Amino acid sequence: MRRFKDSFATGIIWIAGGITGAILIWIVAYVLINGISELNVEFLFGNSEEDGLIPMIISTVYIIVLALIIAAPLGIMSAIYLVEYAIQGRLVRIIRFSIECLASIPSIIYGLFGLIFFVNINRMGFSLLSGALTVSIMILPTIIRTVEEALKTVPSSFREGSLGLGATKIRTIVKVVIPSSISGIVTSLILSIGRIIGETAAILLTAGMVARVPTSMMDSGRTLSVHLYYLAKEGISFEKAFATATVLLTVVLILNLSTKAFAKWVEKKNGLY
Amino acid sequence: MEKLIVQKKVRYSHKTAVKSNRLVVEKIVRTLFLLAAITSVVSMVLIAGFTLAKGLPAINEIGFMNFVFGMKWKPGAKIFGIFPMIVASIYATIGAVVVGVPIGLLTAIFIAEIAPKWLVSIITPMVDLLAAIPSVVYGFFGLIVILPKIDSVFRNGGNSLLAVILILGVMILPTIINISAYAIKAVPNEYKEGSLALGATKIQTIFKVILPAAKSGILAGVILGIGRAVGETMAVLLVAGNAAIMPTGLLSRVRTLTGNIAVEMSYATGLHQEALFATGVVLFAFIILLNVSLRFITREAS
Repeated sequence: MRRFKDSFATGIIWIAGGITGAILIWIVAYVLINGISELNVEFLFGNSEEDGLIPMIISTVYIIVLALIIAAPLGIMSAIYLVEYAIQGRLVRIIRFSIECLASIPSIIYGLFGLIFFVNINRMGFSLLSGALTVSIMILPTIIRTVEEALKTVPSSFREGSLGLGATKIRTIVKVVIPSSISGIVTSLILSIGRIIGETAAILLTAGMVARVPTSMMDSGRTLSVHLYYLAKEGISFEKAFATATVLLTVVLILNLSTKAFAKWVEKKNGLY
Repeated sequence: MEKLIVQKKVRYSHKTAVKSNRLVVEKIVRTLFLLAAITSVVSMVLIAGFTLAKGLPAINEIGFMNFVFGMKWKPGAKIFGIFPMIVASIYATIGAVVVGVPIGLLTAIFIAEIAPKWLVSIITPMVDLLAAIPSVVYGFFGLIVILPKIDSVFRNGGNSLLAVILILGVMILPTIINISAYAIKAVPNEYKEGSLALGATKIQTIFKVILPAAKSGILAGVILGIGRAVGETMAVLLVAGNAAIMPTGLLSRVRTLTGNIAVEMSYATGLHQEALFATGVVLFAFIILLNVSLRFITREAS
């Protein structure tokens, strides 16, 4: 009886694991199989009205670059402050609490805030800049947490060695701590890119959805995920929606694999020392 | 002799100058890093502040009871009651937990205790990928695959609370799996060895010893999953039907709190727009409630 119960429970656990795997394969395979046949050069690189993805790709890249320019230095510096400088106390507790809150706020609330603060009050209008500023706040927690973890893994003997040789604290951070945690920093940036590519609600409310190649960061632009939402919601063309979803999934897949490959590469490189 | 002393003095003052220069640089750098860290605080204050500043006056004007417990949402007639959406959001979240937690928890056990190593190295990246799929892709998949299936069985057009629950149930899986697996792996080996040495089977050990020990970590995973379900917008928007009516069952069309904001924000003005911000305030209240309970649980654990 006991054995029967055990193998029954083990069976259920295997099935649950199988279901999780099957769901992923189902979603990815379904989208890719239906989408790849719709992909062609004209669609990928075309730039005619409502046809071709070039405006969406450029808008997406625009927002990613702008958001990283804004958030990466802030996030990395915040993490350095929290790990290297901060003395535990009220201020640090407030900072940590804020970061936790930022991580748990739904993206639609970011959208509301961006709409009122960047689009209206600061008169940036529906623009790539408004969108980038909004998502740059959204990715701050990811960057800070990941970089913090990386900084914590740097052995304190490295810092002591550098300080002992007479280097100042800032010199130690720039020349010793940051180079030793570069893999965590890169990982945090790749994760952020993934998050921005997948973001829809906040960008829809701040960057708008004009499907033209943007000429400046004050132009409105439609990112790939907003484009997919638009195609699916309005039921304009499921073929194009499939193709767009395929592009999105492929980029996400590549980003995901590259973080893993990068981590492995760093591990190998460090192993050589 | 005198010359030497003077020289020494000069050298000394030169040294202190360098030293104080360095100190000034250090101080400036430190302040810069601190300012960067404070951006998060400022952002948080601004976001909460603006949502409240735009939303609270609307709640005041509509009346708290009329707003939160009002059964009708008719912006054209200036009737703003969001109770159906609150109920829809709660139903959808409970449903997602019912669907997602058993599968997620069992998968976490599978990864942490049961599966052979080679399989773990395959399924872990798959879970990560599940977390990385954009929500709009989940929504699109639901629209094109789940809705027709529901429609073919129930003939209701497909858009329904059921569809929302299924999609959200899948979307919260990675959160629950990753955090639960982490909590299970963190249970000290001695617990496991002790139980096995006493003659318990592996399954008994998992359910009677490991899971109770990992309880608070698992609970934290579930709460984070709930947070994701409550806040999800785009995926829900594509499969919910978005009718602002009281949900009557699994098959009725629903509009969630997030959906309410997303559907109408693009054209709302005046009190209508403020009512949407007020919807955001209610959403905020839910998230804060979740965060507080999460803090409570993690504090209890440590």
